[in-house]
This record gives sequence, C-alpha cells and structure tokens, in this order.
Amino acid sequence: MKLDVIFRVTAKILIPFALVFALYVQFHGDFGPGGGFQAGVVAAAMIIFYAIIFGLEAAQKVFPPRLVELMVPAGIAIFAGVGVISMLLGENYLNYSPFAANPALGQEYGIILVEIGVLVTVSGTMVAIFYSFAGRGR
Amino acid sequence: MDLLQTIVAHYNHWIIIFLMVSGLYIVVARGNMIKKLVGLGLFQTSVYLLYLSPGKILGGTPPILSPQFSVYSNPLPHVLILTAIVVGVATLALGLALVVRINEAFGTIEEDEIFAGEEDE
Amino acid sequence: MIAANLPALQVVLPLLGATLCAFLRRGTWAWGIALVVSLAMPFVAAALLIQVLDGGVISYAMGGWKPPIGIEYRIDVVNAFLLLLVSLIGAVIMPYAKRSVEKEIAPEHQPWFYAIYLLCLCGLLGIVISGDAFNVFVFMEVSSLATYALIAMGRDRRALLAAYQYLIMGTIGATFYVIGVGLLYSMTGTLNLADMANRLEGIENSRAVLAALAFLTVGISLKLALFPLHVWLPNAYTYAPSMATAFLAATATKVAVYLLLRYFFTVFGASIIFTRLPVSEIFLILSLAAMFGASIVAVFQDNVKRMLAYSSVAQIGYITLGIAIANKTGLTGGIVHLFNHALIKGALFMAIGAVFYRIGSVKLDDLAGLGKRMPITMGAFVLAGLSIIGVPGTVGFVSKWYLALGAFEEGWWWLVFLLVASSLISVVYIGRIVEVAWFRPVSAAAKRAEEPPLSMLLPTLLLVAATVYFGFDTSLTAGIAERAAELLLAGIR
Repeated sequence: MKLDVIFRVTAKILIPFALVFALYVQFHGDFGPGGGFQAGVVAAAMIIFYAIIFGLEAAQKVFPPRLVELMVPAGIAIFAGVGVISMLLGENYLNYSPFAANPALGQEYGIILVEIGVLVTVSGTMVAIFYSFAGRGR
Repeated sequence: MDLLQTIVAHYNHWIIIFLMVSGLYIVVARGNMIKKLVGLGLFQTSVYLLYLSPGKILGGTPPILSPQFSVYSNPLPHVLILTAIVVGVATLALGLALVVRINEAFGTIEEDEIFAGEEDE
Repeated sequence: MIAANLPALQVVLPLLGATLCAFLRRGTWAWGIALVVSLAMPFVAAALLIQVLDGGVISYAMGGWKPPIGIEYRIDVVNAFLLLLVSLIGAVIMPYAKRSVEKEIAPEHQPWFYAIYLLCLCGLLGIVISGDAFNVFVFMEVSSLATYALIAMGRDRRALLAAYQYLIMGTIGATFYVIGVGLLYSMTGTLNLADMANRLEGIENSRAVLAALAFLTVGISLKLALFPLHVWLPNAYTYAPSMATAFLAATATKVAVYLLLRYFFTVFGASIIFTRLPVSEIFLILSLAAMFGASIVAVFQDNVKRMLAYSSVAQIGYITLGIAIANKTGLTGGIVHLFNHALIKGALFMAIGAVFYRIGSVKLDDLAGLGKRMPITMGAFVLAGLSIIGVPGTVGFVSKWYLALGAFEEGWWWLVFLLVASSLISVVYIGRIVEVAWFRPVSAAAKRAEEPPLSMLLPTLLLVAATVYFGFDTSLTAGIAERAAELLLAGIR
C-alpha cells in the first residue's frame, strides 16, 4: 500500500490520539461510561488499523506476537491475582474494601487494578485473533 | 382496536422474535459455514435486545443517584449483555478459526460438499 | 481464612493454573501445574462436602456483595456431590494425561492444551457451584468454548468438523438458556436462583414463566445430549484427543444434568414440573428412546470410541429416567447413576485411550487379539463394560436397582422389564469387543502392542477398582445421592 498517501497520513495523525483516547476511556471508567473492555477494543483496533495500513510485519515489529500472546493470560492473572490479594487480606474473593483504610477508596483502587487486567487481556486477545487470522495462508 | 394496540405496544418483542427466528432459520437452512455463523450471531443479537428492552423504564433517567430524580432505568441488563457480547465475540472468533482450519483441511466450507467427500473415503 | 474461602478457591485455582500454563512454553511444566491444581481440587471439594453434610448450606458472597444482589456461590449436598465428582475425575485423569497428550498433541500446543483443559475444569466447577443464573451462563460458555477447542485439537481432520458442529449446537443451547433466564429475570427481577424460586410463587402459571421453562429445558437438554438433541456428541467424543474424551464424557454432560435438576426442583419446584405439566411423561419417552435407540446404534459401530459415545447417550437416558420417575428412590437412582456413569465412562475411555496410545487406532478390527497383548488394559475395559451392563457387584447394578425400585413405587412394573431389556443390548456391544479382543487372531496393528506405561495404566485401574468398590459399598454414593434427592424433592419452599 505504498501509494495510499491519504491512508498513511490519516493513520499517522489518528492513531496517537486514538490511543490516548483509549487511556481516557480506561481511566474515566470509574466516573462515567467506559472501562477496560472498551479501552482495550479501541487500543486493539488502532493496532489492527496500523497493521492494515503499514503491513503485518511493521505492526509485529511494534507489538511482537509473543508479547501479544503473553498479554492474554497476563490480564487474567492480574484480575484473578487482585481477587487472591483480597482473600489474603481476609475478605471474600474480589472484595476490594481492604485495599485502603477507607473501604470506598479501596473499592476504587480495586476496580482500577481489575480494569487494567481487563484492558491487557482484551487488547491482547483482539490483536492475537487478528494476527492469527492475518498470518495464515502466506 | 385493542388487539392492534397491544401488538403495536409490544413492538420490541416483534423485533426480537423476528431476529431470533430468522437467525435460527439461517443456522438450520444454510450449508455454508460462514453463513451459519452469521445466523448464529443474529440469533444471539436478538437475546441482547430481549434483555435490554425491558431494562429501559419510561421516564427513567440513567441510574446515577440524584435528588432531582426518582425513576431510574435498570442498569443490570446492560452489564449482563456486555458480558453476553463478549461471550458472543469469543464464540464467533472460535467459530471462524474453526472454519479457516476446515477450509485448509477440506478445501471447502460448504457442508454438503464436505460430507459428500467424507462418504467416498 | 482458607476454610472461609474454599468456594472461591474451587473455581479460582483452575483459572490461575490456566493462566500460568498459558505463560509457559514447555508441555511438561504446564502439565506439572495442571497436575498440582487437579490434585488439590478433590481436597477442596471434599472439605466442602463434609462441611455441607454437617452443617447445611454454605453461602459465599462473591466480592462481599450480599445475595441476592451480588453473585452467590451456594453449596448444598447436591452440588457438593457434583463438585467432588468433577474434581475427582480431573485428579485421576491428570497423571494419565501426560503420555497420552505427548502422543496426540504437537509439542508447541501442549501448554495451550493444558491451559484450555484447566479453563474447562474451571467452567464446569463454576456451573455447579454458582447460585446465580447469569453467572452459570458465563461459566457454561467458558467450559463450552474450552471444550470446542479441546475437541478441535484432535489429530483427525474430522475433529474440526465435530468441533464446529458442537459449537453451533452448543451455542444454540446456551442461547436458549439465556433466553430462559432473561424471561425469568424480567418476571422476577432477580438472578439469584434461590431468590428466584421464592419470587416465582404465585406467577408460576404465567405464560412468560412457562416459556422460560421451555427454553431452559431445551437449552440444557442440548448440553446434556438428551436423546433427539444428542447429534453433536458421537462425533465430538470420537475425534477429540483421548484424554479430552475421557474427561468430557465423565463430567460435561453430568454437569448439565445437575443444572437441569437445579432448575426443575429448586427453582420451579417439583409440584409445578411434575403435577401440572407433562414433563415426567416427556422425559420418560425420551429416556426410553435414548436407552434403546442409542444402544442399538452403538451395537453397529466399528469405531470403539464412537460405540462408547452412543453408549453414553443411552446411559444419559438412565439418568434422565431417574428425573422422570421423580420419586425419592428413582431420583436417587438418577443421581447415583450420574456418579457411577462418570466413573464407568471415564474408565472405558481411558482404557481405549491407552489402546490408542499403543496401536494408534480405535477401529474394532484393529483390536483383534488385543486381549492377549494387553491383558490388563483390556481386562479393565471389560470390568468397566460389565458395569455398563449392570452386572450385580458393579456400580451399574446399584443405579439400575434404585431405578427399578423407584419404578415399582410408581407402579410402573413394565419399566423394570424395559430396564433389563436395554441392559441386554449393552451386553451385545460390550460382547462384540470381548469377542474381537480375545477370540480372534492377533491383528497386524496389535502385533507389537504391549501394556501402556504405568502412568496411564494405574489411573485406569483406579477408576475400574472404584466401579467395583462402589458396587459393594453403596453407603457413600447412594447415601449422599439419597440425601440429595430428598433435598431436591423438598424444594426450597
């Protein structure tokens, strides 16, 4: 796709902002609509967009398949690990209250941690699915 | 007139039933494996509407507590359906992955052609 | 601290194990993690069962959100028994898995195989332990998606077709289940099963609730392979890797049966299901059709795995027959057969997996003369086969005995004859294998066969020994099943 100047320029302008927007969606999840799943999809969509415009090799240089493959279980491990920590702190699984002196604040910390796990897994999974489909039949 | 009003008032159910039945019909009637998955997706989408449409309460606001409002929409169906959508995505991805592998192994994704080829063996 | 969190650990340990396996590159290490997790599971389940037998229902609030608002893990005798069954099978099968998987799965896929297997275990345990209708759906999909992937990992290219077919039918089943739950939710406003049962009082005759019951029944019946909805099962069991077949045959359908029991008896209540609706008659007819139809089809199979798969469909008929009889004795028979059939089918599929490990085939003709080459494996196979037939002194007899007693109590004496007649058909297909393995000259495939490695032989023998042991000592299995049946029939109201 060497000649598609419009695509390439648009992509270069769009992708950084969209990735920042993904972070906004991620951290705004406590107060309004948003959260790890949506942010993960936006981020993954940008990586896929990049791969479509600049080629699979270029995308895999930035996000190596091995990293993407590790992101999938890593996110789940963060999620499940947060739950284990709350068990170690003497509460029920995934009860975030003991994470801070103030239970309400603890809940907020817990949600942020869990949502990071969701972000990692969702973006990893989306990109992994794209890689495995796009990499076939070459 | 009453009957007609009842029918119109339940328009969301008609949409749901239409999507549900047409999705299921595609799954049963089509031999192409991708089309089957499309039908499956349609079928699942009808369920999303089944959950979401009763969650909206007429005159209700988004469920953010405020002294000005007393009627809120039910937020739980949205959470449930977000989960169901994720499940749907996973199912579709796995289904498509299987179809890709089947295409590599058999050279076709038409069910009747595959079964015809299997009988020769 | 650990004791209080046992219900969560039951599900979380396999999940954590699955993530660890997915990080690894080497099959052996992943197997090690899966082994540790699988061996820990029965202890957790046994601790829960003991707690439940002593003190009644355990309720665990996920994330500290009190039921009925939050997700509740609710454990009584019925699901504690199932938890123990699933985790025991998982523990027995793991030592066996190593060699079998090394032979059947490519090295680079082995860590993923174990990760997916642990996810499947996590999903199955989650279905059983959860007291929240939608949470059950999520776990159902976790286990189903894992199952499709496990089946697709089979060597034969037809494994892909089997997995695809199961994916389509399984997803339709799961979607039917969600439709049912959605209708119930819009009628009752709750997803907690116990709470739902209370709130259904007074509206159980409304059309939405009846439609929900229909959707739930059909959806779950697809998952448990009730007779006309069983078409996905034979191919899936035939082409899946041996270890996956043994695990799934022993657990997956049983968990679906549990779910059906839970909805019929706990949520809707026996009085609605059996006195006002013809559920008993429908299940009676379908069970009999399964017992005879599937058994007869099994007789004509040339692939032993497929034969056993059809036999599974027939055996599920006996379990649902227990539901159809619907008195305490009959239901006890159904639940005990749930446990017994898991042991028997696990043992049979493990023995045949060991045969495949040595001769690379499960065609009936290739098994010729194998009784002389692999006497221990085939001996184990035949002993488990006697259990399928229901010879006295084996577990198969115990469950059929209870079913027959239950039928007598209802005055259905003709059912006893049908029970015996259907058992005779299973004599034919097990007999075919015995005839081929012992009374025919050794086939080319079986020439150089010898006993499988000890790591495969011992777990198989352990399960076979269990089928004989529980045939004599029924206090544990039938005793608990009877308490479970009592609890179910009493309902929640």
